[in-house]
Amino acid sequence: MSILINGNSKAIVQGITGEAGTFHAQQMLDYGTRIVGGVTPGKGGQSFEHGDKRVPIFDTVKDAVRATGATVSIIYVPPPFAADAILEGIAAGLELIITITEGIPVLDMVRVRRVLESQATTRLVGPNCPGVITPGAAGVGCKLGIMPGHIHKPGHVGVVSKSGTLTYEAVGQLSALGIGQSTCVGIGGDPVAGTNFIDVLKLFNQDPDTHAVVLIGEIGGSAEEEAAAWVKANMGKPVVGFIAGRTAPPGRRMGHAGAIISGGKGTASEKVKALEACGIKVAPTPADIGKTLASVYRG
Amino acid sequence: MKIHEYQGKHILRKFGVATLKGVVCESVHEVEAAAEQLGYPCVIKAQIHAGGRGKGGGVKLVKSKAEARETAERIVGMQLVTHQTGPEGQRVRKVLVEQGCAIARELYVGMVIDRACSRVCVMASTEGGVEIEKVAEEHPDKILKEWIDPVVGLSSYQARNLAFGLGLTGKQVGKGVAFLSGLYQAFIGTDASLAEINPLIVTKDGEVLALDAKFNFDDNALFRHPELHELRDPHEEDPREQEAKAFDLSYIALSGNIGCMVNGAGLAMATMDIIKHVGGEPANFLDVGGGADEPKVTAAFKIILKDPAVRAVFVNIFGGIAKCDVIANGVVAAAKQVGLKVPLVVRLEGTNVDLGKKILRESGLAITAADDMLDGATKVVAATRGA
Repeated sequence: MSILINGNSKAIVQGITGEAGTFHAQQMLDYGTRIVGGVTPGKGGQSFEHGDKRVPIFDTVKDAVRATGATVSIIYVPPPFAADAILEGIAAGLELIITITEGIPVLDMVRVRRVLESQATTRLVGPNCPGVITPGAAGVGCKLGIMPGHIHKPGHVGVVSKSGTLTYEAVGQLSALGIGQSTCVGIGGDPVAGTNFIDVLKLFNQDPDTHAVVLIGEIGGSAEEEAAAWVKANMGKPVVGFIAGRTAPPGRRMGHAGAIISGGKGTASEKVKALEACGIKVAPTPADIGKTLASVYRG
Repeated sequence: MKIHEYQGKHILRKFGVATLKGVVCESVHEVEAAAEQLGYPCVIKAQIHAGGRGKGGGVKLVKSKAEARETAERIVGMQLVTHQTGPEGQRVRKVLVEQGCAIARELYVGMVIDRACSRVCVMASTEGGVEIEKVAEEHPDKILKEWIDPVVGLSSYQARNLAFGLGLTGKQVGKGVAFLSGLYQAFIGTDASLAEINPLIVTKDGEVLALDAKFNFDDNALFRHPELHELRDPHEEDPREQEAKAFDLSYIALSGNIGCMVNGAGLAMATMDIIKHVGGEPANFLDVGGGADEPKVTAAFKIILKDPAVRAVFVNIFGGIAKCDVIANGVVAAAKQVGLKVPLVVRLEGTNVDLGKKILRESGLAITAADDMLDGATKVVAATRGA
């Protein structure tokens, strides 16, 4: 078991012929992910080839879904066109859309959120995220994202994070300690995103195969505080955390559009305090994330 | 991206928001001429991006030509220090000379994206002219809010709610509604991330005007606003941060002595944190990004080493898309090009890690390899103490 995706998930790649789309479609196929189609407007009828695998390309998401039965899409479309690509995916009735694209204008995402909220079929993960991975061999696991697959190990710890490489850091530590992961979800570092910590925590809480959770947050906004309150009230499994940006200066955007301390709000120390107050053990340094999880759960 | 007050007011006028008449000047002579033309009293306002200009002595009401000259001589070219500039201050290159007016009330209006509900939030308060963060903390009830449905836009009833809430009466209400509608159009039309009018004033004649204007724009949306590019003031930006931008690197100068090069924003922040945890101080935040290639890494390295405070460099890479061998080649090339004189600690992990480590080992450079983040941070801090 896992959340969001598994070995049976059939996925299409929007933007499969672009540089990033091509590279990562190959990587995902190598991992064993069932990439059943690609979408690039104007290139319908062509195909994407990798080794002995041949993936048909469609002009529209609707065509791709009809022909392949895909329920998941991963988006590598450049930022000016990415919001439109998400809307196209929602209109085609996909269950899950994972948006990797970094740099989508926030007002575009405000409009996308409005459309997401008006329907109940599609869930969006991202944008500006590393994607989702359920570790495992072909037919069991599924990698839909840009994370290095080989650092992951199948198991029972769920990971949810705003950051990409910091998630790899945490996963690397877990795997090195022999602790595998059920599913790792990157929700992205943008101020307006499709899925938040609480959405993912709810799924982990319901998943019988997830026994503990690592939550990795960063400065800015109040999503970590809200997640902590939800954990305290609802979570039946141990949760540990880490917050990046204890040394970040106020008023400066630390790479991620959402990682900014404004008006004295959204500081790391406030967030750490909120997590600890809700019974979430917080790793004192980023090098201690694996150890902290191991202190509350033995895989 | 930030802009100056005079540029913000130009945008406001374009969207039909009422402001006072003003002239932008760069010399004492121009200020004198502008003051004569606008009449007295008028106000001379230093144009720097930082807030707190009034308290820092950068805003002055003048009542005569002599006073205008005297004030201009003091403000034009001064190093203006405010709570936002840092102790060295910011040089005043331009001033705005603006008509005086009889102020009856000072109010506040701001627009931001509210992350909690993913909508634009319009805030208004009767407590204008003071730091709004303080009002929010001490009297949260004094901040009125309306959330805007992006499909519908700012409705008139919402603008009226705010106008009445601000205590506007009679003809002021219609003027307030027009003001808010124009400001919302300006916010959407420029892809702003913040629009703040503090204070918004009601004059003794019942006019509703923007006395100040602060805009921040969404950097991600600048591609569709070529007109905003021209408003960029390079004097207000750190030259190293600008250079980094040209290479699509995310760099922020800090005050410590350990240069950092990391891939990914979260890991970059975490790297700063761990350096501090073991007793060091980071000299910068630098995210080389996922698609880091050799020229990018070389540029990043050069930017880090331009900071004279840097006593040691820590490279922390967890290769996913970024491959360790590519990063290693970039580090070696850059270190050779710039003639590296400070200790270098490198931690590599992830894709092609063995190849990356081999390249560093065989480079002939004095590079200290680290096993993990903590090891790397400890070694780099020790290096700054040994040097």
